[in-house]
Amino acid sequence: MTAPRQFAQESPLPVAASAIIAPSSPDVTELVHRPRRAARLRSRRPPLVERVVEKLIHILAYSAVAAIILIFIFIAKEAWPLLTSDEIHREVTLGKMWFIQQWPGYDAPEHVWQPVSEFPKYGVWPLLVGTLKVTLVSMLVAVPLAIAAAVFVSQYASQRVREIVKPAIEFLAGIPSVVLGFFALIVMASWFQDVFGFDSRLNAIVAGVALSFAVIPVIFTVCEEALGAVPRSYVEASVALGAARWQTITKVVLPAAAPGIAASIALGLGRAFGETMIVLMASGNAAILSWNPAESVRTLSATIAAELAEVVFGGPHYTVLFALAVLLFLITFGINFVGDFTITRMKRRMGVAS
Amino acid sequence: MNRPALRAARRPRLGDAALWLATGLATLLVLAVLVVILVDVIRHGTPRLTLGFLTQAPKDGMMAGGIFPAIFGTVALVLLMTLAALPAGVATAIYLHEYADPTALPTRLVRIAVNNLAGVPSIVFGLFGLGFFVQFAGGTIDKLFFGGEKFYGQPALVWAALTMAILTLPVVIVATEEALSAVPSDVRMASAALGATKFQTITRVVLPQAVPGILTGGILAVSRGAGEVAPLLFTGAAYFLPKLPHTLHDQFMQLGYHVYVLATQSPDVDATRPLLYATVLVLLALTFALNASAVFVRSRMRKRIASRA
Repeated sequence: MTAPRQFAQESPLPVAASAIIAPSSPDVTELVHRPRRAARLRSRRPPLVERVVEKLIHILAYSAVAAIILIFIFIAKEAWPLLTSDEIHREVTLGKMWFIQQWPGYDAPEHVWQPVSEFPKYGVWPLLVGTLKVTLVSMLVAVPLAIAAAVFVSQYASQRVREIVKPAIEFLAGIPSVVLGFFALIVMASWFQDVFGFDSRLNAIVAGVALSFAVIPVIFTVCEEALGAVPRSYVEASVALGAARWQTITKVVLPAAAPGIAASIALGLGRAFGETMIVLMASGNAAILSWNPAESVRTLSATIAAELAEVVFGGPHYTVLFALAVLLFLITFGINFVGDFTITRMKRRMGVAS
Repeated sequence: MNRPALRAARRPRLGDAALWLATGLATLLVLAVLVVILVDVIRHGTPRLTLGFLTQAPKDGMMAGGIFPAIFGTVALVLLMTLAALPAGVATAIYLHEYADPTALPTRLVRIAVNNLAGVPSIVFGLFGLGFFVQFAGGTIDKLFFGGEKFYGQPALVWAALTMAILTLPVVIVATEEALSAVPSDVRMASAALGATKFQTITRVVLPQAVPGILTGGILAVSRGAGEVAPLLFTGAAYFLPKLPHTLHDQFMQLGYHVYVLATQSPDVDATRPLLYATVLVLLALTFALNASAVFVRSRMRKRIASRA
């Protein structure tokens, strides 16, 4: 008697369940065996309008790709005659830009940038060294300050302090570069000259420091995010081992966030290298080949900005300026590419770690 | 008394104090930069800031008068820019976040392009605007519709706006994507379970929730566009124009460019200084107001999401 009763007790559920499933079971088999028909059954094809708009979205999504390709093509196109045109070669060649030249009226061979003269001279080294000098000064100021501020905000600051500092640095990032250039030119240059007694009021130090104000928010933001992404378990493990807060920060948190910090420096470097208005206004714009940061400098970007308005379209000077833009584009593209690549890799690693 | 142990316990505290002090000072220094700039601009800028200054055109070789044409030009520029940047940016973000397979090559390509576009120097955008929009696009339009007469084949408002739109595209994309990823996936699944198509889900469920985020992106883009000068140097900004632009192919004055001109090209620096400061104050106030509203909209959005979760 026990066996049938057990069966009877157990049976209601399976029977009922199969009864519920039964009507739809042909569909289930169809789903398995005839996926195409099942798909049609499940949902009708979306209306034409939807499909058209979706297509449009897909096309528009490539606008950024199109933009970056077009930017390169159209700048390279204007610079191309530098390699091919005989008419331009009479005045300038790639070799004359990069290798030292003996100019009429000069005692010794020299790198000179002097495109508007009887013998136009297009030596790019003064501009390149100028750019490097200003960039170096700005990075020397920005990197320690921005990383230290990021450490403070992410490790020490209370919630309330954080809510003041982070928007404030976002505001600093929001200051237009022309305003920073104005401030460096009108206010800071005089202060610096009073304090340091520079011979030339506008120089690589003034421009570099002003430039660092634009770079600090870039480094800070990426750095702070990287420090915040360090898994809590790392910190907890370190504290559990008896490490003090500062030991945890310097020996655990900072090394763990190192790729992100490196990336933040790379992105800041890219910004510093290509920034135009600040250096155009505050650097003095003298193309002198010297490593002395207290002298006036002229950068690649400022040269383009200052000279393109006055050149003959398609002439040698015009072509050379576009070639400088190609150089600028390629260098910043390389720097940013490395920075982004590092960030993506770090995010993936952190995602696995936590 | 065990002295070494005591010293070992004290040293970390000293190290902590030192690191706290060093990083705290760095933070203070960064904040001080912001404060010094603001105080200087506000102190020297406010005396000259009158209603007349905002509503009049520059006079006497820009040594007197106001900056109305520059304000007008800036507003016209960012409005046109937004018209171009917002649809393209939002579409890219929707594609990246809702449609694309994140590991597929085209998606990665788009992402690399967006990131690198954000890093292209602004002066390079200016050259691109000159080469592509002014000469290529404008020249073609003139050849086709105006018999070669110069209307669009010269620096103009529309070309400056389009150049600026490409520059601000990454800002819109990043903000919109953030907004889209803040919309919980349950909502998408619920919509799909009710029989909505993917497109219906996006337009009626996801996008309405993402509006504040998209708005933030738009505002940040406008703020960026209002302050950038380098891309305008060769694409349409003018030193001085007696009248306002009234067609797309007119040149225009712009606040940032006006600051640059007043600061570097003035024959009498001391005489123009009050005007210069007042112009900087207006430009700063404009960008700060925009940034502040973006921060406000975003924080409200984040709070709403946090309270829902």
